[in-house]
Amino acid sequence: MNSTAYVKHETAWCPGCGNFSILDTLKSTLEKMGLDPHDVLLVGGIGQAAKTPQYLNTNTFCGLHGRALPPAVAAKIVNPGLTVIINTGDGDSYGEGGNHFLHNIRRNVDVAHFVHDNQVYGLTKGQASPTTMEGMATGAQPEGSMNSPFNPVLLALAAGAGFVARSFSGRPEHLQAMMERAIRYKGYALVDILQNCVSFNKLNTFAWYNSRVQEIDVSHDPTDLMAAMRLAMTFGDQIPIGVLYEQEGPDYHARHSLLQTGHKLVGRGNDPAMVERLMRRMV
Amino acid sequence: MYNLLVGGAAGQGVETTVTTLEYFFKHAGNELFTTRDLMSRIRGGHNFSLIRFGAQLPGGHSEQLDGIIALNQETVDLHLPQLRPEGFLLMDTGIACEDPRALRLDMAQIAKGLGNQRAAGSVAVGAVLKLFGLALDKAGAADVLQKTLDPQHVAINVQAVLAGYDKAPAKFEPQGGPAVGHMLISGNKALSLGALAAGMQFYTAYPMSPATSILEYLAQQAQEAGIVVEQAEDEIAAINMAIGASFAGGRAMTATSGGGFSLMVEALGLAGMAEIPLVVVNAQRPGPVTGLPTRTEQSDLQFIISASQGEFPRMVIALRNHADAFYQTIRAFNMAEKYQIPVVILTDQYLADTTASVPLFDMGKVPPYQPEPAPIEGEYARYRYTDSGISPRRYPGDPQAIVSADSDEHDEHGRIIEDSETRIRMMQKRMGKLDLLAQEVQEPDWLGDENSEVLLVGWGSMHGPLAEAVALLNSRSGRRHAALVFGDLWPLPQKLLRRAADSARTVINVEQNYTGQLARLIRQETGIAMDAGILRYDGRQLTGEEIARRVEKEVQP
Ligand SMILES: Cc1ncc(C[n+]2csc(CCOP(=O)(O)OP(=O)(O)O)c2C)c(N)n1
Ligand SMILES: [Mg+2]
Repeated sequence: MNSTAYVKHETAWCPGCGNFSILDTLKSTLEKMGLDPHDVLLVGGIGQAAKTPQYLNTNTFCGLHGRALPPAVAAKIVNPGLTVIINTGDGDSYGEGGNHFLHNIRRNVDVAHFVHDNQVYGLTKGQASPTTMEGMATGAQPEGSMNSPFNPVLLALAAGAGFVARSFSGRPEHLQAMMERAIRYKGYALVDILQNCVSFNKLNTFAWYNSRVQEIDVSHDPTDLMAAMRLAMTFGDQIPIGVLYEQEGPDYHARHSLLQTGHKLVGRGNDPAMVERLMRRMV
Repeated sequence: MYNLLVGGAAGQGVETTVTTLEYFFKHAGNELFTTRDLMSRIRGGHNFSLIRFGAQLPGGHSEQLDGIIALNQETVDLHLPQLRPEGFLLMDTGIACEDPRALRLDMAQIAKGLGNQRAAGSVAVGAVLKLFGLALDKAGAADVLQKTLDPQHVAINVQAVLAGYDKAPAKFEPQGGPAVGHMLISGNKALSLGALAAGMQFYTAYPMSPATSILEYLAQQAQEAGIVVEQAEDEIAAINMAIGASFAGGRAMTATSGGGFSLMVEALGLAGMAEIPLVVVNAQRPGPVTGLPTRTEQSDLQFIISASQGEFPRMVIALRNHADAFYQTIRAFNMAEKYQIPVVILTDQYLADTTASVPLFDMGKVPPYQPEPAPIEGEYARYRYTDSGISPRRYPGDPQAIVSADSDEHDEHGRIIEDSETRIRMMQKRMGKLDLLAQEVQEPDWLGDENSEVLLVGWGSMHGPLAEAVALLNSRSGRRHAALVFGDLWPLPQKLLRRAADSARTVINVEQNYTGQLARLIRQETGIAMDAGILRYDGRQLTGEEIARRVEKEVQP
């Protein structure tokens, strides 16, 4: 196998799905960055978006619905040479996996989290997700979703995330820039990718997003948290896309007294002398 | 063997007094076994510990007391009836008791006179050492106290111990023993050391009694051991992190109790489906739900052997004693690695929290399995069908292999499939490991005579009490008794069981649960039905004496 080629496999998505563009953009981003597929680990949960890792010929881990982050960060903790990227859905990331979302912002392991946010549960055929807009009728919410939608980027900022961006599957060049910055960022990086679902979201269509998204003005200072929060709260007639917030800080490995020294875990083998020492301390 | 109870309210220093005594007894060569009866609270209530010690290592506690140290009134009121006629009750002058065996010692006052009232416990320790006939000198006292106290407190506590020693009469004969060089170790610490000896690199858990002490011990050794210990946001995260770490090449473990295990169930199946080595410890406490949080039970067996949807191979090993906790934990890692399966270690609060004097573990006895990287023939496929039934395992980051794992049914490359043929071959590949495991399982421990008429059957921490029960029964009756104590539970080893059940006239299961879960498992797997059951489910461990009593009373006419 050519070490820099990301072969694509046949997909199981609906024609016109925003996932195609996200997959192509991910592929071109990895290629542009010159990352060897042997050193990349793509992680998904379960859902239509979570199948993305399946379609690129690199290391992949598709575990349980809602549980993409825990195995991803643990793989990175023990094997820091890997570039770990999570591609999964809004339901997976913010619904079933909400607790992991919150706490991995705090843990700040160096991973990039790409949420394919189609504002609906696609794989299970169109029930409301945490980001479904109020009033949107679905098979399970026939009178329209009653709950207020969750604002993932605002929440990520409030929880202390160091890199928060928004993009749209219909703007591949923009998306590629976001993906690349997120992958390069040292720490937990969230990109909430607005994505049309042709089968189950008839409200937030390609045209709906396309007429609203607007690249954030170059005058925005991405280290200004308050300004980032204002942009995060803007989601309606206008939807600003781009890097809302980026602030450098020590990631998990840099904060960990052992790992910060470059200490290796994988392939370490066992250390009988250490166990002997610990035993003698109990005599 | 002697048996001493130390009781008081939470926060009164019972634990410090007990630890100090343990080290003094061990210093004198005594083997010991200390059980803790704790309430689920930080202050107040009534806690006690039982230290059983002597020339041989006891495998369980006993209800009959040779001595009591009472730090509160409740200890006297609750435990005096257990005191033997020749026993003693040591207490401060503030506690009321008319019993002639009561020995009043003004511990608080003596300690105050020495300059620190908090040394009162050491006065009691000194008195107890004298009562049990142990020799004591200043150097020896300093030696022991250095192990249990901060350096600045050693001198005054040496004085306190000597003062207590002077004030008490000698009462019992000293017993000696071989334990001077032994460790004082809890079941959970032995298990943790086993994990370290196995080469574990990543430990993650969410706190839950009685598994929390594994998290704390490993976290405290992490720096020296060169491992990462991460507290997870919940048990679902813990097991999924352990799986991710193992997938990426880091040997991983997580531990919890039944409540946390309930949350881990789906991911247990992920380790089975994706063939990722994983060790999960379930330290049992009485359920259902929160149950009795600080007490013991063996009621998760049926749950653990069948937890998670669908069918996949797993191994379940129960720990019987402290040595098992070390060696079987290494073996659990070995089995997980060799067969690429989840292995569940079942322990319980009784073993987890009990400290015992144990010789240093032999690092050569169960060598950790460290396979060479699997050879790659042709294009690498993580889930390759092989003659051995085990696919070649490599990790992501390997320049020669692309590694994929999926919870969906998948092909040899780990990609989603739905066709019938691949599904059938993959199911057969995974489930075939159960046959390989059946060759690996260890038969239960046989205690007592071959060809016994009465066979007791138990598992896990019931080992010590059953050993004692068999010895008591054989010394008191003409019948021959034996016990089979299972460590490996799934797949269930059957050879010894079938042979023993054939020759015994009466087979009795002895378990810490209500429904007789081992009995049910044995019947399911072998058709062998028990003639009677001795069960306890109040959160307190059966003793050898109680088992013997109940066998004599309930079972034999
Ligand atoms: C534990 C569990 N609960 C529920 C499901 C069913 N399920 C699969 S995907 C999904 C939601 C998918 O929504 P999202 O994450 O937004 O992904 P999308 O399909 O929209 O890309 C659900 C509910 C499951 N597989 N596992
Ligand atoms: Mg979705």
